[in-house]
Amino acid sequence: MSWQAVIGLEIHAQLATRSKLFSGASAAYGAEPNTQAAAIDVGLPGTLPVVNDEAVRLAVTLGLAIGARIAPVSVFARKNYFYPDLPKGYQISQYERPVVADGMLAVRLDDDRVIEVRIERAHLEEDAGKSLHDAFSTQTGIDLNRAGVPLLEIVSAPVLHSPAEAVAYLRTMHRLVRWLGICDGNMQEGSFRCDANVSVRRSPQAPLGTRAEIKNVNSFRFVEKAIAYEIERQIRVLESGEAVVQETRLYDAAQDRTRSMRSKESADDYRYFPDPDLPPLAIPPELVASVRASLPELPEARRRRYVEALGLPAQDADQLCADRDTSDYFEAVLAALPGEAKLCANWVLGELAAALNTLGLPIARSPLAPADLALLLRRLREGVISGKQAKDVFAAMIAGEGDADAVIAARGLVQISDEGALLAAIDQVIAAHPAQAAQVRAGQDKVLGFLVGQVMKATGGKANPQRLNALLRTRLDGSGADLPSAS
Amino acid sequence: MSDALDQGLRACVKAAREDGQDVLAAEARRRAAAHGDLNAFIGLDTRTRARAAGAAPLSGVPFAQKDNFCTAGLRTTCASRMLGGFVPPYESAVGERLSAAGAVSIGKTNLDEFAMGSSNETSHYGPVRNPWDLTRVPGGSSGGSAAAVAAGIVPFATGSDTGGSVRQPAAFCGVTGLKPTYGRVSRWGLIAYASSLDCPGVLARSAEDCARVLGVIAGHDPRDATSAARPVEDYLAALDAPLAGLRIGVARPYFGAGVQAGVGAAVQAALAEYERLGARLVEIDLPHAHLAIPAYYVIAPAEASSNLARYDGVRFGHRCAHPRSLEDLYTRSRAEGFGAEVRRRILIGTFALSAGYYDAYYLSAQKARRLIASDFDAAFAQVDLIAGPTAPTTAFALGEKRADPLAMAAADVNTVAVNLAGLPALSIPAGLHAGLPVGLQLIAPAFAEARLLAAAHRFQQATDWHRRRPGDRP
Repeated sequence: MSWQAVIGLEIHAQLATRSKLFSGASAAYGAEPNTQAAAIDVGLPGTLPVVNDEAVRLAVTLGLAIGARIAPVSVFARKNYFYPDLPKGYQISQYERPVVADGMLAVRLDDDRVIEVRIERAHLEEDAGKSLHDAFSTQTGIDLNRAGVPLLEIVSAPVLHSPAEAVAYLRTMHRLVRWLGICDGNMQEGSFRCDANVSVRRSPQAPLGTRAEIKNVNSFRFVEKAIAYEIERQIRVLESGEAVVQETRLYDAAQDRTRSMRSKESADDYRYFPDPDLPPLAIPPELVASVRASLPELPEARRRRYVEALGLPAQDADQLCADRDTSDYFEAVLAALPGEAKLCANWVLGELAAALNTLGLPIARSPLAPADLALLLRRLREGVISGKQAKDVFAAMIAGEGDADAVIAARGLVQISDEGALLAAIDQVIAAHPAQAAQVRAGQDKVLGFLVGQVMKATGGKANPQRLNALLRTRLDGSGADLPSAS
Repeated sequence: MSDALDQGLRACVKAAREDGQDVLAAEARRRAAAHGDLNAFIGLDTRTRARAAGAAPLSGVPFAQKDNFCTAGLRTTCASRMLGGFVPPYESAVGERLSAAGAVSIGKTNLDEFAMGSSNETSHYGPVRNPWDLTRVPGGSSGGSAAAVAAGIVPFATGSDTGGSVRQPAAFCGVTGLKPTYGRVSRWGLIAYASSLDCPGVLARSAEDCARVLGVIAGHDPRDATSAARPVEDYLAALDAPLAGLRIGVARPYFGAGVQAGVGAAVQAALAEYERLGARLVEIDLPHAHLAIPAYYVIAPAEASSNLARYDGVRFGHRCAHPRSLEDLYTRSRAEGFGAEVRRRILIGTFALSAGYYDAYYLSAQKARRLIASDFDAAFAQVDLIAGPTAPTTAFALGEKRADPLAMAAADVNTVAVNLAGLPALSIPAGLHAGLPVGLQLIAPAFAEARLLAAAHRFQQATDWHRRRPGDRP
């Protein structure tokens, strides 16, 4: 009997605003506990929330990037429940009328298949604080720095059917929110979190099974493993004739299993109702138009352009579009060196990526600006330096020895491409080695290499190899290949 | 000199200018102490204050604040044990604006706990007594403010009006009470009862004094998302608008069976006075008026159940001794910190919002609210103001209705619809019945405070009911 898994993901992306969703307090991560909690965040009596326009703008940005409907009017609602790190006794969220609805995200799987994942909604809500159980022996500490931090909850339809699909979707959304600059995507700090709703059914035509919700899994790998475990568990339960219980489960990474956290039978009744402190959130068409106008080229579109217009191999395009900084860097190098997409891609993904990896730096903090790399590649293309020399120059540039021209000059690396100088050296070598010259003339091409080596030796290795080869042939048989162009 | 306190704001401003800024406040504090039997104050305001410019509109004028307006560095209790130790780090927008205008806060007035009540009997600090008759209630929930103004302690006081909490005590205590349009005055720093209904208001001697104070406290506040951005009118300059041609709507439902005969008679006499002054009375229909009380007693508790969830014993407010568990901390802190009426409304509101009941209660109430608002829209197509008794009775006896929440609710029957529709309204003294004040309520379209205040002012120029004092012999 074959089972079908049905998976929907709820992603909580922390929006990259300076201040909180409803107060002016800083939303930065990592401050001393309770130093970034304003009176509003603490829920002191008499305080009132005022919505952060920047958070709204970021929500609209995601909505447009996934082709969703932006609600002209959406409503903030209160989700009521008691918990020590929820200061007001309710969370301000959106319920019946979210700001973003009905989007679509194309997700490319490892086998290059593309699935379209429907996004049911994305809504704005405030985060809760943090309970610190470990710091105190018998008491619980409450840190309200996170309380009120803006989140965008992105809810996919239950259209994913394997752990691999779920993770591919999660990665694609992760890339998108970072690409758009609306979320830093840091999973360790909880800026990008995921709950997974998982159920199984006996066939794709069968009604949906009872689902379990796996809470707060904080890495791609664990999401995949948690879902895989949960699917197997549910199949096991059903095949043994029992029923899956609708409940919330936690993933225990150490034991690689999920375990029950609370059953929905004692489910909280959140008593949602529209927040009377906040008028309906109106999003004027002008705001939508302005966000649309400032939307960057999206990763999938860019990837397609790299393959179709620039002729890059799919693998290069994938790697370049893995994140916006890499792609933007490549774009900048290419802009300075039009028509050399493959060369630029090779260096960005090769030498540069390796060097940054060694240095432990992200590309956004690369010691080489795109213009620096472009200059080096230009000199390589012009034949000023050889490919091998270019790598040395690159290393020197990374080490801070100056730009390409400065390194080339300082090391005396300029190739001898000048015809007169090369011919003078060639003629001397031919005169010194008449036997070998005669062998080449007689058609023994292997010996050509010996003569090239001698010229190289005579020029201290600076002879432009392509030109040298061509000139040597011309000299020896008068019918050598055309001279390579210098540009 | 100290007589200025009895003569209204213009006299007070003049006296303060001539005799010094501290004189009136000192006299007001003396009077507050002398009237201790009223139990009108929960605490006195002893904070030192920055001095406003001499030319500020209320320089040196003492006032009292209902104790649900946050005062920076000064205990703010909402008359609840829950907030017995709460010292806010910020001042309410209303308090800020009044201080900036030179007014001197002398104390925090008693109220029904969390402003939930119509008699001031639910206060943790004991009931306020009506200066006209110490055996009677002052009305509520702004009973302390109404009593303080009626007793001549302060020339004006702030109040909050969620279902009539400024107007009904104003009527019971024989003072003028203004509830502005929802959004006209910022709620920042006003501790919430029911956010969509709560409205800061003013209790004073006259419509003119209300106009003077409203001019100071009205205006947009970016800290309150429900605050209106429209410009503030010059209410004082508009006071002398003539009554000739003014159409006053008289709604049958406001003169229903529960209205005391003496109250009805006093109000009819006041309406006759309006006719004499040139206004035209027009009978109007408010077909959904009967839905106001049921809708209010769903919406207000629903919002309250959520607004009061923050009092959980974790961060501020009352915390029970030696909690054994989180559940125990919540349960006992809230059970000990809240009085019976607050607990009752939280339970009602929680029920009304619960899954399975939401549509039947909360949604139905919202529909009723829209019907009530459209009744007013239709009426204001025909008339400029709507008039009726503020409350169906004069002040009732302490304890008389305590055990009967439905009878208590009836005291708000004429006022709550105004909050549901977000309209401005005021109550002015319009007569006496058996030695107790009767209030006339005037209701205006949204943001027509200038019209409302002018109509009340004209009446007060022609009559002297607003000058009657407790202890005057009729």
